[in-house]
Amino acid sequence: MSQPILSVQKLSKTFKVNGHEVKAVADVSFEVMPGECLAVVGESGSGKSTIANMILGIYGPTSGQIVFEGASLPAKRDLSHRRAIQLVQQNPLSALNPRRTIGASLRLALDVHNIGERSGRNQRVGELLEEVGLPADFAKRTPSSLSGGQRQRVAIARALACQSRLVVLDEPTSALDVLVQARVLRLLDELRKARGLTYVFITHDLSVVRNIADRMAVFERGQLVELGETAQIFSAPEHPYTRKLIGAVPVVTIEEQELKDRLTHD
Amino acid sequence: MDKMLSIANLKLGFKSHTGVADVLHGISLDIAPGETVALVGESGSGKSVTARIILGLLQRLKTARISGQVMFDGRDLEQLSEAERYALRGTAMSMIFQDPTSALNPVFTIEVLFHEVLKRRHPRMTAGDARARARAALEEVAINEPDRVLQSYSFQLSGGMNQRVMIAMALVNEPKLLLADEPGTALDVTVQAQTLKLMADLVQRHGTSVLFISHNLGVVREFADRVYVIYKGRIVETGPTAQLFDNPGHPYTKALLRAVPRITGGGIPEISEDTGDFYAPMVVHP
Repeated sequence: MSQPILSVQKLSKTFKVNGHEVKAVADVSFEVMPGECLAVVGESGSGKSTIANMILGIYGPTSGQIVFEGASLPAKRDLSHRRAIQLVQQNPLSALNPRRTIGASLRLALDVHNIGERSGRNQRVGELLEEVGLPADFAKRTPSSLSGGQRQRVAIARALACQSRLVVLDEPTSALDVLVQARVLRLLDELRKARGLTYVFITHDLSVVRNIADRMAVFERGQLVELGETAQIFSAPEHPYTRKLIGAVPVVTIEEQELKDRLTHD
Repeated sequence: MDKMLSIANLKLGFKSHTGVADVLHGISLDIAPGETVALVGESGSGKSVTARIILGLLQRLKTARISGQVMFDGRDLEQLSEAERYALRGTAMSMIFQDPTSALNPVFTIEVLFHEVLKRRHPRMTAGDARARARAALEEVAINEPDRVLQSYSFQLSGGMNQRVMIAMALVNEPKLLLADEPGTALDVTVQAQTLKLMADLVQRHGTSVLFISHNLGVVREFADRVYVIYKGRIVETGPTAQLFDNPGHPYTKALLRAVPRITGGGIPEISEDTGDFYAPMVVHP
């Protein structure tokens, strides 16, 4: 058995809101294995984005620690940590600088992390675009001239540019149309398998989780309520909240309806 | 049977400096009294502009080029004066928007908003009578503490609570037609399921016709009696919900349905870039 790439240990985060203390994440522990896709599932207020932000080092935990590749991550991250752990956000339009061309945004990632020979970087930008299924000459365009799906592909290319090992995907497809969503999810799945990437996939969409995640962690109001193999949890969820979540998914086939009925009537 | 809403060959284009951009290419749809009909499509398909034309909002836009017929409750909407159209909105037809929090005016309490809505139908209704009607309407959408909600501003309430308030407000004047544009899309799944269930029960009890606009096929399957699938301003397939989902006939409908990830698993389907066959002729299920 290999070592986990990421280990979240007794992690808690408390925010002060109007003088009250709000426990956004309460004593949460889980591990992510190399090459795995772990879904972090929950509704608004579940703490899933807080966990993502702590993994990324946007803010530190109130208590507990995050161990990445065997070493505890400091509150203040250096460049190598930022390079190894990358983020793909929900809204690619706000994640990409509107004044910069796509090529310049990708090139910046290569420059900041000093990846490859300076002279070869523009060519590398073209390759990155092709790796996410876009034509290389998109480098000359700006984000506003791209569709939502194309922008999200650019955001994915930027995460790949740094040769990151762990990618935090925060609702990467929930702003996309259903056909575009399917194509982007497939791309993410293929990239993970081809490059041995590890994903922490933050989402509220249970039907996406079922098809992309190896394991899933279900959060309710900052508490980890269920953790396990995705297929196993969907066939026999143990926690009532997991049941409720799966039971609320609007579905399109009779088989899915039967599964929902079975889970909600047991 | 007489139709509550009947749209025939509706076309819409927006005039710009480069010419007219066609948005709707002659769509036809109808809704019977008490029926819930879904208009399903992706962003840019023309589903929301259709609702705006029914409400008479787009007609005021100088750049909009609209042709075709919209019959509502036996009246041709194009023949009505601006004042007559205005009188229909909020009384005979009402609308629920995607984001309830931005649809409710934040500077008035819910009670004041309800009074304003009720005065559309009963211009001399007193604040006291309005409060009683509003309280009853909120109880109908399973709000347990109607008085607290009435005293609140929209920003003091949760998204789910605001959505219920919107539903109650949209139905308080007993409209014949409810236009629901992506209701609940901005909400959490469990809250969305509850509010849509509430809405479905209410419209059934009141016999309201509903045009349900959505991109979410699962939600449509659960709540609509009949479905129209719209792609780039054209209706590509229509039929009763069960038939359409069990036996989709149009390449676009098939692709849409295939693209929805299943909670029973099966992986992420491969969806090719859109091909010419999405423009295939309309498929009609009897």
